[in-house]
Order: sequence, then structure tokens, then C-alpha cells
Amino acid sequence: MAPIVEVEHLAKSYGSFVAVEDVSFTVEEGEIFGILGPNGAGKTTTVECLQGLRRADGGNVQVLGHDPRHEASQLRRRIGSQLQESALPDRMKVWEALELFSSLIPQGPSWETVLEQWGLSEKRDAKFGSLSGGQQQRLFIALAVVNAPELVFLDEMTTGLDPTSRRATWGLIRQIRDNGSTVILVTHFMDEAEALCDRIAVVDDKRVVALDTSEGLIQDYAGESEVTFSTDCADLSYLLRLDEVDRLERQGRRVTVTGTGALLARVAAELVGNGIVPPDLEVKRASLEDVFLTITGEER
Amino acid sequence: MHTLVRLSWVELKLFLREPLTVMFSLALPLIILFVLGGVFGNEPSQPGEQLVYRGVGAITYYVPAYLALVVASVCVISIPTHLAGNRERGVLKRFHASSVTAAAVAGAELTVAFVVSAISGVLLLIAAQLAYDFEPADSIPGVLGVFALLVVGFAAFGIFLGAVLPTARAAQAVGMLVWFVMLFLGGAGPPPEVLTDAMRTVSDFTPLWHAVRMMHDVWLGLDAGLAWVIFGGIAVVSAGLGLRFFRWE
Ligand SMILES: Nc1ncnc2c1ncn2[C@@H]1O[C@H](COP(=O)(O)OP(=O)(O)OP(=O)(O)O)[C@@H](O)[C@H]1O
Ligand SMILES: [Mg+2]
Repeated sequence: MAPIVEVEHLAKSYGSFVAVEDVSFTVEEGEIFGILGPNGAGKTTTVECLQGLRRADGGNVQVLGHDPRHEASQLRRRIGSQLQESALPDRMKVWEALELFSSLIPQGPSWETVLEQWGLSEKRDAKFGSLSGGQQQRLFIALAVVNAPELVFLDEMTTGLDPTSRRATWGLIRQIRDNGSTVILVTHFMDEAEALCDRIAVVDDKRVVALDTSEGLIQDYAGESEVTFSTDCADLSYLLRLDEVDRLERQGRRVTVTGTGALLARVAAELVGNGIVPPDLEVKRASLEDVFLTITGEER
Repeated sequence: MHTLVRLSWVELKLFLREPLTVMFSLALPLIILFVLGGVFGNEPSQPGEQLVYRGVGAITYYVPAYLALVVASVCVISIPTHLAGNRERGVLKRFHASSVTAAAVAGAELTVAFVVSAISGVLLLIAAQLAYDFEPADSIPGVLGVFALLVVGFAAFGIFLGAVLPTARAAQAVGMLVWFVMLFLGGAGPPPEVLTDAMRTVSDFTPLWHAVRMMHDVWLGLDAGLAWVIFGGIAVVSAGLGLRFFRWE
């Protein structure tokens, strides 16, 4: 299947300041695609170029078969956006916002359905300015999907939300995908990217520095992981013959095997094959956060 | 077209929920009319006295002048503040991302200005009719036509201010300043005949001065000629610059 978003060497400057230098990636239909990176890396600039809200200076971009530089208006009908920095008038009511936005591109479900579906019925007559941060985000999600978009951009959905609202928002994001839209999610929360995204592009210093599944990123960048278990068996030298294993240390009954790649599976298989079935086999591996810090070169 | 209607309707409701702008647009011109009417009465200047109010009574002078003023109040204070505030807070960007065009944003402002000015103008006429005795309009279609032209011109001017001023605070400050200068020197405050030459020079640069002349033309049956051209010029230039400098964020 052809990707629905193709970005090749995207570049964008504000005056003489280069905000995005070289960003390339593709997004497949049905994915939740994450864009992860530190503040000022160029994430928002990138997704705004894809939505035709900013004009890229260089590179090729195709979104749903449209070039956002020239076909922004056709494109916007088919996408939904939640922008990092946007608002509604404080005195606009929730239902008025939904009615207005659904009438702008009248191809989705009725706004009443959307109101219901995203749990806003209770706040139907509340003014935007009186909503809590989480409720405002919920409304923005509803507005982003009110035109039944094929592709939804979410830029820092959960910044400023309490942990409960963040988790609730994750549920909403999965719901968008389950309703049939592809999602591009900008975030700088690792747990969010790990929990939601099928693939993640790590953007740092104006370029994509890594792109993979969160598993893949951990594999490639996390360096070593450790498997520990306890055994009385004296000879474990066969473990050292595994490609994945670098070192083996013993402290009494306690064995620590250090290595890379699919370490746990290999070690476990080998142990079982040699008749050892340790009840306390554990793996300690790097999290996406460690990976992020490694890739973006920031020390803890 | 559909978008324009929807957006205008929502914007109109939002306008009416803003107590300050409602007060400014609807109540203030009325208050000033009654203060000035109370002070100056409605006797035309007599032969031999200094000619003021272009030779008609104060109320006969002020009623058409205030029809122009209500339009200016709506357009010069509330439009720039509203537009710049919406840009500053990211509302315009939100609209832009959902396919709203700049023409629809401007059109909605114009529509709201039209409706609110019309309400305000009618209130003013009713109040003046109840309280005072003044000369009726020479040409009612003329008054309606000029009123519409003034809304278009002042709305363009307001949209221009909203486009170039970066924040709601700046827009409100500038809008107020322009409004007060126009109130005092634009022919809707003290009788123009008593202004100093320096003040009169400033008057010539305010759109309201020319707007008042135009309204007087059709109300009193005068001919101010050049005012129409100048006001038209201000409107066209404002519209052009407004479009040129319009920004979503
Ligand atoms: N309108 C603008 N004018 C000038 N510079 C800008 C503008 N928008 C962003 N920048 C600059 O471009 C760089 C990239 O900004 P961008 O908003 O794309 O980063 P980001 O990755 O989204 O960061 P964050 O995580 O803080 O949202 C930053 O250095 C920022 O200061
Ligand atoms: Mg950002």
C-alpha cells in the first residue's frame, strides 16, 4: 500500500532562522505515527507545513496525494487538526463551535453525534473559556474529527493535563484511529509515544535522527540490556556463545547476563534447552526515555 | 457563502455577549447625543451670529452626524480589537486550519458591523425622534445608501487596523484613540466652525469628518462633493492594505 504521507527533505526557515533543515518520513494508512523531539526541534513547524498552514521552503511533501503548498484548500477538507497553540473565543459555546466547524466542511457525522461521541454532552452549553484544560482538549479533538478526516494531526494534545486526563486522552486518540483515521501525533512524552505510536520519528536539531517502532528504537539505541536469574548450575559457558551475549557475571547463585538485541528470548531459550528453568528470570532494559536521551545527546 | 452566513451568525452572537463593545456601540452615541442636545438645544444660528452647524439646529446637525458616528464606533473600536485578539489567541489559526478563508473572516466582520450599526442607528433615530424636534431627512433612500457605504468603508478601515495591530491591547488602544480624535475633531463633537485651523487640518485626515459630510449631504440636501471621493479613497486603501497585511497568526 502506498503511504498516505510522504515527506522528503522538508526544509523551512523563518526569515534567516532555519527551523527545519532536513526532515523525511512516510506515514502508512491506519498508523498512529509519532513525532518526538525536544523543545524547538521543529516538530510543530513540520506538521504545520504538512497541513498547508505554513509554506515549506524546500523538499517534497505529499499528503493524501496533495501538495500542501498548492492544494492546501483541497487538503484541509480531508484532514483534521488540533494545533499546539490555538483557541476559540472565550464566549463561544461548545455546541456553537461544533455546529460552526461541522458546517464549514459538511461531510462528517452530525455535530450532535460528535458531541455525544466525545463525551461533551454535559458541556453542551458551556462557554469555551469556562472549560478546564482537559475539556478544551476534548473539544479540540472533537473539532479535529468533525469532518470525518482521513488523517488527523495532533500537536501536543496532553501538555498541561493531569495524569488521569492524559490517560483519558490516550483513549480518545486510539478511538480516532479505530474510527478509521490515520493519526500523526506530536509529543514530547515518551510514555505517550510508547503507548500509542506504531512508529516514531525522533526529530532533533531540525532533522529526523531516528525512525522506527518504539521497540526498534530501544533495540537500536538502548545499547545493552541485562537478564538476571538464579541457578545452582555451575557451567553456563554456552550462554557466552550466543551472539547477543557480551558478558556474564555471577554473584553466588545470582547470574547477570549483559548483552544486546533479543537477549531475553535467546538466553531463556538456551537455559530451557539446557534444562534450567529459573523462576526469577528478569530483564532490565532501557526505556524509550533512555533512548531519547541517548539520541538527542542530552545527559541526565 | 454558506461559511460566511454561519460565521457571521456566530460572530454576531459573540459580539452581543461582549458587554463593553455593546455599551460602546449602542449606548455611547445615544448618551453623547443627549448631552450635546441638552447643551446646545436645536435653534439654528441667527443671521448676524457666528454660523455654526452649517446653518441648521444642533440636533438636526447631530442626528445625521451620529448615524455616521455609530458606524465608526462599531468598526473602529470593536472590529480591530476583536480581530487582533482572535489572531493573538490563535482563534484565526484555528479557523484557518478548518478551511475558513480570509474573505469569510472579513465578510463576517462586515456583516456584524452592518447589523449592529443598523440596530444602533435605529435606536438613535427613535430616541432622537421621541426627545427632539428636528428636520427630517431630505432623502431617505440617500440616507440608507450612505449608511451602507459608511459601514463598508469603516469596516474596511477597522479590518485594516485589526490586520496591522499585533495584539488586542494595541488594537483597543489605537481604536480608542482614533475614535476619540474622530469624536472631537471629526465633525460629531463640537461644531466644526469653532475648531481652530490646526484642528481642522487634523479633521481632514479622519474618515469620520468625510463620513459626516456625506450623511449631511443626503440628510440636509447639501453637496460636499470631495468628501465622497476622500472617504471612498480611505475605504479602498484600507481594504487593500488590510488584505495585504492580513495574517492568520
Ligand atoms: N512563527 C515563527 N517565527 C519565528 N521563529 C519561529 C516561529 N515558529 C517557530 N519558530 C522557531 O522555530 C524553531 C522550531 O519551532 P517549532 O515550534 O517547530 O518547535 P517544536 O519542535 O514544535 O517545539 P515545542 O516542543 O516547544 O513545541 C524554534 O526555535 C522556534 O523558536
Ligand atoms: Mg511544538
